[in-house]
Amino acid sequence: MRPRQRARASRRTQKPVVLVGTRKGAFFLTGDAARRTWKLTGPHFLGHIVHHAVLDPRDGRTMLLAVRTGHLGPTVFGSQDWGRTWQEASQPPAFAPGGSLAVQHVFWLTPGHAEQPGVWFAGTSPQGLFRSDDAGKTWEGVRGFNTHPRRNTWAGGDGTPDGPTLHSILIDPRDPRHMYFGMSSGGVFETRDGGKDWRPLNQGILADFLPDKYPEFGQDPHCIAMHPLHPDRLYHQNHCGIYRLDRPGEKWERIGENMPRAIGDIGFPIVLHPRDPDTLWVFPMDGSTVWPRTSPGGKPAVYRTRDGGRSWQRQARGLPQQQAWFTVKRQAFAADAGEPVGLYFGTTSGEVWTSADGGQRWARLAAHLPEIYSITTGVRG
Amino acid sequence: MTRVHIPSPLYSYTGGATQVEASGSTLEEIVDTLEARFPGLRFRIVDEQGRIREHIRFFVDSDLAPQLACAVEPGQEVHILCALSGG
Repeated sequence: MRPRQRARASRRTQKPVVLVGTRKGAFFLTGDAARRTWKLTGPHFLGHIVHHAVLDPRDGRTMLLAVRTGHLGPTVFGSQDWGRTWQEASQPPAFAPGGSLAVQHVFWLTPGHAEQPGVWFAGTSPQGLFRSDDAGKTWEGVRGFNTHPRRNTWAGGDGTPDGPTLHSILIDPRDPRHMYFGMSSGGVFETRDGGKDWRPLNQGILADFLPDKYPEFGQDPHCIAMHPLHPDRLYHQNHCGIYRLDRPGEKWERIGENMPRAIGDIGFPIVLHPRDPDTLWVFPMDGSTVWPRTSPGGKPAVYRTRDGGRSWQRQARGLPQQQAWFTVKRQAFAADAGEPVGLYFGTTSGEVWTSADGGQRWARLAAHLPEIYSITTGVRG
Repeated sequence: MTRVHIPSPLYSYTGGATQVEASGSTLEEIVDTLEARFPGLRFRIVDEQGRIREHIRFFVDSDLAPQLACAVEPGQEVHILCALSGG
């Protein structure tokens, strides 16, 4: 069989998977190659809070879950066989003894650079950065941040309702030493030396909840994304709008100003097209008055831009047209690598919605699940 | 040896055992004994600074023990309990 034929055959046998982390366990959705029919399996770890469930794209096999329960402390579980068996980290993310900080929960998981198999990063609440070199079995704090002289200053201030978090850990595909992350609260931070030192990267980002509206740090990024093929292009859904940054630029541009005024540009997730750096999606929520954190007007809709944020289009065909008050959390919206790109979001009301055509038409994949905390995608060979 | 009563969220560590025997003259020593026998158990109930987690309670016989430094006398029983919390 020729390489091209082999690639086509491989695509036919590969099945798309959607990993769903919820307030009461993890579920998997496995589709056929055409993404027409899906099978829901689970729960895994019923009753446990799963903040993030992530498949390693480097081996297509290693899966990590960030887990805690209402009573028990945080940990990480891993599986190599699609959840048939699980192994708990023998050394979960934990701050150094002798201080005051203790990990309340592991909030975010990111597989490391493609050339560093087995390396993973974790973000926690309160804000800490941790690294594993053995695919999640043992974790060590990244001292360059966790013990940085300004860490407590940067991480100070208010946290989100479930506690302040470190999230959106991004690794430059051109250089594993170049990374970004977000802190809620704290802002966007960057390292160029593999995490030994960090600096704020928040110029142009509004913090309307602080006396200084454009501080050096202290902003509340909800979700940050770097384009995998154009890593100098960053997008960012913030507590105060949607932003774009083209490196080596330093100042973020508020592209959310171009959203319809009645909808606004507040939300949590932001999802990039895997190939087109000008196309992305957001899921606006009501951030007015008392911050209801619902779909604006009870009419949920995705908004898409195809020109880097200069204009936005509403995509709501197939979604409930009224009296639907769910919203989507920051890890709960993802794209696949298909053509056309498939989109998936999970709601606070326990539904998974998908579009197999880039958001033009939506269909419900699953309902009656617990509150959904995360949605990630992968491929099962 | 001290009899330790295990709450249901920790059965996955004790292989389903609801009571186990552990040695030690303080709760700290008893928890360390449990950790050696059931790896991973300690961090679920005690944080990295040695504090009992917010929703976990230790009792020595019927007395609430707020810290792991609390003494455990021969013949006393330890209860690890989950506080009324959650949702």
